Amino acid sequence: MEERIGMESSIAIAEAVGRCDADVVAAYPITPQTHIVEHLADMVANGELRAAFVPVESEHSAMSVCCGTSAVGARTYTATSAQGLALMHEILFIASALRLPIVMSVANRALSGPISIWNDHSDVMSDRDVGWVQIFAENGQEAVDLTIWAFRLAEDRRVSLPVMVHFDGFIVSHMIEPILMPDHETVRGFLPPFEPLLKLDVDRPASIGPVGIPDIYTEAKFVQHKLLVDAYQPIVETLDGFGKYFGRHYHPVETYRAEDAEVLLCTMGSLSETAMTVVDSRREKGQKVGLMRIRLWRPFPFEDLYRAVGAVQTIGVIDRAVSFGGPPGPVASELKAAFYRKPQQPRLVEFIAGLGGRDVAIADFERMFDTLLLVRKTGQVPPPSFVGLRE
Amino acid sequence: MTRQQTAKPRWSELAVGCAVTEAGSARHNRTGDWRSSRPEWDHKRCIRCGVCQMFCPEGCILFSPDKDFPSADLEYCKGCGICVHECPTACIRMVAEEE
Repeated sequence: MEERIGMESSIAIAEAVGRCDADVVAAYPITPQTHIVEHLADMVANGELRAAFVPVESEHSAMSVCCGTSAVGARTYTATSAQGLALMHEILFIASALRLPIVMSVANRALSGPISIWNDHSDVMSDRDVGWVQIFAENGQEAVDLTIWAFRLAEDRRVSLPVMVHFDGFIVSHMIEPILMPDHETVRGFLPPFEPLLKLDVDRPASIGPVGIPDIYTEAKFVQHKLLVDAYQPIVETLDGFGKYFGRHYHPVETYRAEDAEVLLCTMGSLSETAMTVVDSRREKGQKVGLMRIRLWRPFPFEDLYRAVGAVQTIGVIDRAVSFGGPPGPVASELKAAFYRKPQQPRLVEFIAGLGGRDVAIADFERMFDTLLLVRKTGQVPPPSFVGLRE
Repeated sequence: MTRQQTAKPRWSELAVGCAVTEAGSARHNRTGDWRSSRPEWDHKRCIRCGVCQMFCPEGCILFSPDKDFPSADLEYCKGCGICVHECPTACIRMVAEEE
């Protein structure tokens, strides 16, 4: 059964974690993730959630505790943002290498400096290659749904990998919105008890996390890569299972009014919702514009991308992080790599937008679509641009 | 004690998360191949006190029954030189490994 309630997304995510029967929550509070952890601490203190809440002294410790508790077979959850995610960095690799199905919410926030508590994707992109499954939620409902799904996917014995659920800090985390919140029994019906592939057990001793000499390391890394690539099928299956069970459907790449589109704008995260408004108004004017939203970031859904793009020749990509001195947009560079495998490449127009909490307003999207339509007409692709930059 | 050199595992043969799930795996994972020098004992000065054996962090210095003097098991000796440092009669020296 589900109840429709008005709730701040962060509180709703914490409630969802409770309904997933998390055994351990080890987290350090950081803006804008704080409300999730505070609410979970309340739930444990009030006896509403029978879990160990470990109030660690840093995110490095948070992720280290998570590795330990996951390794003994406890369903483990944590949440962080920006600098917190950066402080976890080295342990993130270990969690995935050891196949520990930890679930982590990341309320996306810009990395300092200058110090910024506001939203962008620089934290995500810094931890792109840590070997975790990474998926994006665009609103509170999706964040709740994908948190529940994340435990299911992470603990799938074909996968047994940690999962990050990304959503935009403040824009999603602090938004009060109507959320369909499944009750405990309903969540239990979707999420079977955690049965780890391997756990630390005194009756069956094992050494987890040993040295990998050069004779082993290459094979170990190949396995990690293959596991994440192969996680695609279980991801699609479990998302499908989620859709059948809860009636809300999610896909690795989703499109909006992309059928017969002549230009597509590619977004990731909550910007998609503003973009849809602009797509609607453009469609009313008879312009064939559409939206492509990348939901699954790792493993990267290449085939879904090709399907979504189809024959469209002009694509705009919004990046919310900068690879300094590089392409410079990480998502655009991913798309370029994807299309390099194809005999024909669409024209890619690269936008860097919404850094450190800068609003990306309707007017910004209007300008981006104007650029895309112009590129379609002239074939001239402008260099990557920072949207709204004062020059 | 016989040792069998096991073939290096294929990727598909690695344990989950490279965990070690059986005891005594060092029997077949010989780890002495990164040594750049090895200890040698001067039997004229060695008093067979066993200090080198006690200090060896690898536990690979042995008094085998058929030998009067200690020696290092070179399949596990890392060449750290602690035995040289601790030997009360300074009878051990490190000899560079030739390629």
